[in-house]
Amino acid sequence: MADFAEIWSYLEHGPLLWLSATLIAYLIGDAISRASGRRPFANPVLIAMVLLAGMLWATQTPYATYFEGAQFVHFMLGPATIALAVPLYHNLGRLRQSALPLIAALVAGSVVAMVSAVGIGWALGLNSETLVSLVPKSATSPVALGVSETIGGSPTLTAVLVILTGIIGAMAAMPLLNLLRVRDVRARGFAMGVVAGGIGTARAFQVNETAGAFAGIGMGLNAILTAVLAPTVAGWMF
Amino acid sequence: MIHGLAILLIFQLIGEVIARTTGMPVPGPVIGMAGLLICMILVPRLTPAVQPTAQGVLSHLSLLFVPAGVGVIGHMGLMVEAGPRLLLTLVLSTVIAIAVAALVFSGMLRLTGAQDG
Repeated sequence: MADFAEIWSYLEHGPLLWLSATLIAYLIGDAISRASGRRPFANPVLIAMVLLAGMLWATQTPYATYFEGAQFVHFMLGPATIALAVPLYHNLGRLRQSALPLIAALVAGSVVAMVSAVGIGWALGLNSETLVSLVPKSATSPVALGVSETIGGSPTLTAVLVILTGIIGAMAAMPLLNLLRVRDVRARGFAMGVVAGGIGTARAFQVNETAGAFAGIGMGLNAILTAVLAPTVAGWMF
Repeated sequence: MIHGLAILLIFQLIGEVIARTTGMPVPGPVIGMAGLLICMILVPRLTPAVQPTAQGVLSHLSLLFVPAGVGVIGHMGLMVEAGPRLLLTLVLSTVIAIAVAALVFSGMLRLTGAQDG
C-alpha cells in the first residue's frame, strides 16, 4: 500500500485534486447560501474562496499549482459569456422598450464606478499601482485583466478586485435598492450587471430571470465601455 | 448538451478571431455573444439547440469566478498593509455606482414612460 506522501506527490502534480477541490468548495458555499435562504452575506463565491485559500495555505501549495487544476473552471467564463445571448434573446422586446434608460444608466454607472474608486482610493492613500488596477474593477474578469495590463496596472490584482467588487455588489445590491425604492426589476438587474459584473449577474439570476437578462446585458455593455473609457480615465488621473 | 457546448465554443472562437484581427477594444466573448444573438434572431431554430446548455452554464455562473478569486492569496502583502482601506474603497465605490445606475435607469423609465408591460 502506498503511503500518504506518495499519494500526495501524485495528486500534487495533476489537475484532479484542485479541480475537485474547487467544485466541492463551491458546492459547500452554495449549500450554505441555500440553507441561509440566499441571504446576501452567505455569498457562495466568498465562502469557496476562503475555504480554498485556507487549504492552499495549510498545504503550502502555490497559486500556480492550484490554477493548473482550476483553469478548466476558469475557462468556462468564455462560453458562459456567449450563453448570455439566450436570456437576452428572450428579453429582446423589453430591451428595445427601455433602450434610452439603458444607455443613460450604462454611461452613468460605468463612469461613476471608475472615477469613484480612483478618487476614494486616492483620498485613502492607496498606492498608484493599486489605483490603476482599480480602474477596470467593474468590468467582467476576462476584459478587466486585459484593460489593466493596457493601462499599466497589475492584472492579477485586478482579477481579485473584480471578484471582490462582484461579491460586495451581490451582497449590497438588494438591501441598497430596497432602501432607494428602486422596484423595477430591469433597473435593479441592469445596475447589478454594470457595476458588479458576472457575480452581480449571477445574483440577479437567483432573484429573477428578467433581472438576470438585464444584468447580463449590463455586464456585456460595461465590458465594452470600460475597455473604451479606462485608458482615458487612467490618463486623466495620473 | 454537446451540440449546445459546440455552438457556444464556435461563437467564442469567431469572437476571438474577430477581436484579434480587427484590433477592436471589444473583448472576443462579447463579440461572440452578439454574434449568437444575431444568429438566433435570424435562425430561431438555433435557440432550442443552445438553450439547455446555456441555462446550465448560467445557473452556476458564480462557480466560474472562484479560481480567479483564490488569486487573492498572491496579494496577501497588499491585503495586510492596505486591506481595510482597499475594502472601504471597493464598498463605497460599488454602492455609489449601483445606486447611480439604478436611479438613472428608473428615473429615465419614468421620463420616457417605458413602464413594464
